[in-house]
Amino acid sequence: MTDKKHGITRRGAIQMLGAGALLAPNLLGKPAFAQTPPEAPAGRIIVGQTQESTVLNPLLPHIEVDDAVIFSLFDALFRVTPGGEIMPNLASEVPTQENGGISADGLQWRIKLRDDVTWHDGEPFTAEDVKFTLELIVNPDFRAWRTIGHNLVKDIEVVSPTEITWTMEKPFAPYINFLTETFIIPAHAFEGVEDPNTAPFNSAPIGTGAFKFGQRVPGDHVQLVANPGYHAEGPYVEELIYKYIPDTTVLYTQFKSGEFDLTGNQYISPDNYAEAKDLADREVVLVPVNSVESIYLNQEKPQFKDPAVRKALYAAIDKVSIIDALYYGLPLPSETFMPQASYFYNPDLPTQEFDLAAANKMLDDAGWVRGADGIREKDGVRLSFTNSTTAGNHLREQVQQFLQQTFKEIGVEMEISNLPAAVIWGEFWGMSQFDSVIVGITFLIGADPDVTNRFHSAAIAAQGGRGSNNSQYKNARVDELLEEGSATFDPEKRRAIYQEIQAIIREDLPFLPLFQNRSVRGWKSGIEGVEFNTNTRTESWHAAAWYWDK
Amino acid sequence: MPAFLLSRLWQSLVLLVIVSIIGFTVLNLIPGGPLAQFALDPGMTQEDLDRIARQMGLDRPLPVQYLDWAGKLLTGDWGNSFRDGAPVLQVIGRHLWATFLLMGSSTALSIAIGTWIGIRGATHRYSVFDYTATVGAMIALSIPTFWFGLVGIYIFSLELGWLPAGNMYTIGDGSALNYLHHLILPSVVLSLVNVAIWSRYMRSATLDVINQDFVKTARAKGLTERRVLMKHVVGNALLPMITLAGMQLPGILGGALVTETVFTWPGMGRLFLDSLGYSDYPVIMGLLMFSAILVILGNLLADIVVALVDPRIRLG
Repeated sequence: MTDKKHGITRRGAIQMLGAGALLAPNLLGKPAFAQTPPEAPAGRIIVGQTQESTVLNPLLPHIEVDDAVIFSLFDALFRVTPGGEIMPNLASEVPTQENGGISADGLQWRIKLRDDVTWHDGEPFTAEDVKFTLELIVNPDFRAWRTIGHNLVKDIEVVSPTEITWTMEKPFAPYINFLTETFIIPAHAFEGVEDPNTAPFNSAPIGTGAFKFGQRVPGDHVQLVANPGYHAEGPYVEELIYKYIPDTTVLYTQFKSGEFDLTGNQYISPDNYAEAKDLADREVVLVPVNSVESIYLNQEKPQFKDPAVRKALYAAIDKVSIIDALYYGLPLPSETFMPQASYFYNPDLPTQEFDLAAANKMLDDAGWVRGADGIREKDGVRLSFTNSTTAGNHLREQVQQFLQQTFKEIGVEMEISNLPAAVIWGEFWGMSQFDSVIVGITFLIGADPDVTNRFHSAAIAAQGGRGSNNSQYKNARVDELLEEGSATFDPEKRRAIYQEIQAIIREDLPFLPLFQNRSVRGWKSGIEGVEFNTNTRTESWHAAAWYWDK
Repeated sequence: MPAFLLSRLWQSLVLLVIVSIIGFTVLNLIPGGPLAQFALDPGMTQEDLDRIARQMGLDRPLPVQYLDWAGKLLTGDWGNSFRDGAPVLQVIGRHLWATFLLMGSSTALSIAIGTWIGIRGATHRYSVFDYTATVGAMIALSIPTFWFGLVGIYIFSLELGWLPAGNMYTIGDGSALNYLHHLILPSVVLSLVNVAIWSRYMRSATLDVINQDFVKTARAKGLTERRVLMKHVVGNALLPMITLAGMQLPGILGGALVTETVFTWPGMGRLFLDSLGYSDYPVIMGLLMFSAILVILGNLLADIVVALVDPRIRLG
């Protein structure tokens, strides 16, 4: 079968073995006679996604499905690999303290750029474009989305068309990772443009990426076409389409019927995995995503101030049943905010065990006594709280009912009070007005382990801080480590720091970690080169490598 | 006639202002707003969100925002979508024709079939045909459209493979035939319910007319049954249908949310729901004004047509 498909006979194969010495290095770890991409871009790949790509300027606020298009149209200075390694993209090398790209104090940055890159309209890419991009992000009149890190950059200087330098206000190691998601846009497209928020560029983007912008049919799809002059690998398909399919059920139906070729965000819903993995002519895989599902406990609520309560609640969660019975066994149990594939993941954290007796004992020992109604009390505080999540999220609603029962057995009352998405993720969440919340959070930006925004005591918005420390968690040692971690450039030293942070947070339990999600992704058999990268938000982070095996 | 039109136009304007004020207020009362979708973004701080809201002018008092919006509307500027920055009228226009294609074809189909079933049911009252049509209409009316849609996709797309499982056309193939191929299933599914409605209305309208004296007179004159039916019965029975059709106009152009979702049809219904989901205020307001205008126009048009067709009615 295989032989026939590739037009290779047994005899031919034996003859080819003569050239084995040359071929061998490429064959390691791959099936014999691995596919090679076509010489010239050929064919079309349609990606189906349940939200519509609408934002084409990578510096404007955008969501996952926009990233799918943006990663194909544009390049950043660096690229992050699935393993979390930083590779040069528009830059010609990754600056480190060793190679002098970053000064010893971490303040002076020097970036060398490729000299062989052109914009889709033929203009050469230069350091001026990088300067323009970094300055536009912090332009007070521009609706830039993420500004963390960029607001530390000053004195940007173009040394030559292929070299740029700047100074940081303070050493900030995560910035190199942020730069993997900071796509460079062409300065010349904004010449004479009065308001960058409404520039023509925003609907007719010009990038350096593997694909050029074709057209956008609102409500339906975005069409990209191959950029044959791409400076790096690929592209191998002539046309890349991002098709909007406004419902997960319909997305799966059309995946089966073959209406599109590869599933994009939100992918295949977990309940369809069992059927999907056996579909003929379809490849379906489970891919861990960086989002971690957890129960956030508001540390300022008297119920949660006692560590014994948090530990007892954690012990009263039957994670295995939740994952197997409610989530079709797909997610991976987790003890930390750090994705398990990360270089910074701490594998030595204690594993949670579902043990109601132990939970009861912890509360007894801590002096929480059952009242007449069976609910525990201590110093006038009743162990009763509300739990909230997005109304209409059926799986989470089932988790809540399940928790309600097991918590009751340890004398804890949990009331369910769910709110519509727009309400719960507004002030209720941002200003920590909740008791407890079930939430899926991506803690990392790119592959960087910095979580200052989530766990530093100065990041509590409800207490006037700047950030998203919504559980109002405070730990002086964690603060100290976070500050040290973001100013440290050496990966090994950083690993030790962030592993300690994970250990402390696992002990303190400002949130009860449930699991790391896995998404079900599929594509038509015959598409090669598909690789997923959980350090990005999109399956299309490297669509340049996709091709049809014909 | 001009006096009548003028007073109707005046009423309509007042109505539009009221509708817009209520719409704008209710829309802004919904918590969340256009930036809520970024609340869980790891790289965005509350500061970023506040800054963007300020840049978008969303931090101003509501009356100021309304007057700003209404003032621009008077100059023909309907604003720009928060999502892709495109002018609102352009956004609506692009979705309008998709909806028009789907709803137009399905409405034409359902009126033609529904009218025929209704007339035949009335002339052959209590026949097998009449009973079948009645029961069929009840079934069609009581089963939700999305179920019909999914069953249709299951049978004709997944099992038989005759028809596409959705979308308006195959990407890369913009031929009329391709559109038609994609139009069949959603159009028929949508028609099912409308045929039921039209046939019921038409049946009772025909019955109202069929026993009237002028029909007996027509028969007594010795006209053929066919001529009696076509000229005297149907002609008169269609009059109330014109009003009904006029009232359907906003529905036709407003889109069919459920059908558009099941068949991934990029029409007005989807646009409305998506815009709501993203709190895309300018587009929602645009759609609101657009449908208000359609309702007013539809009713006006029906009144005028009825007056033209029915000599008993004089406008003014």
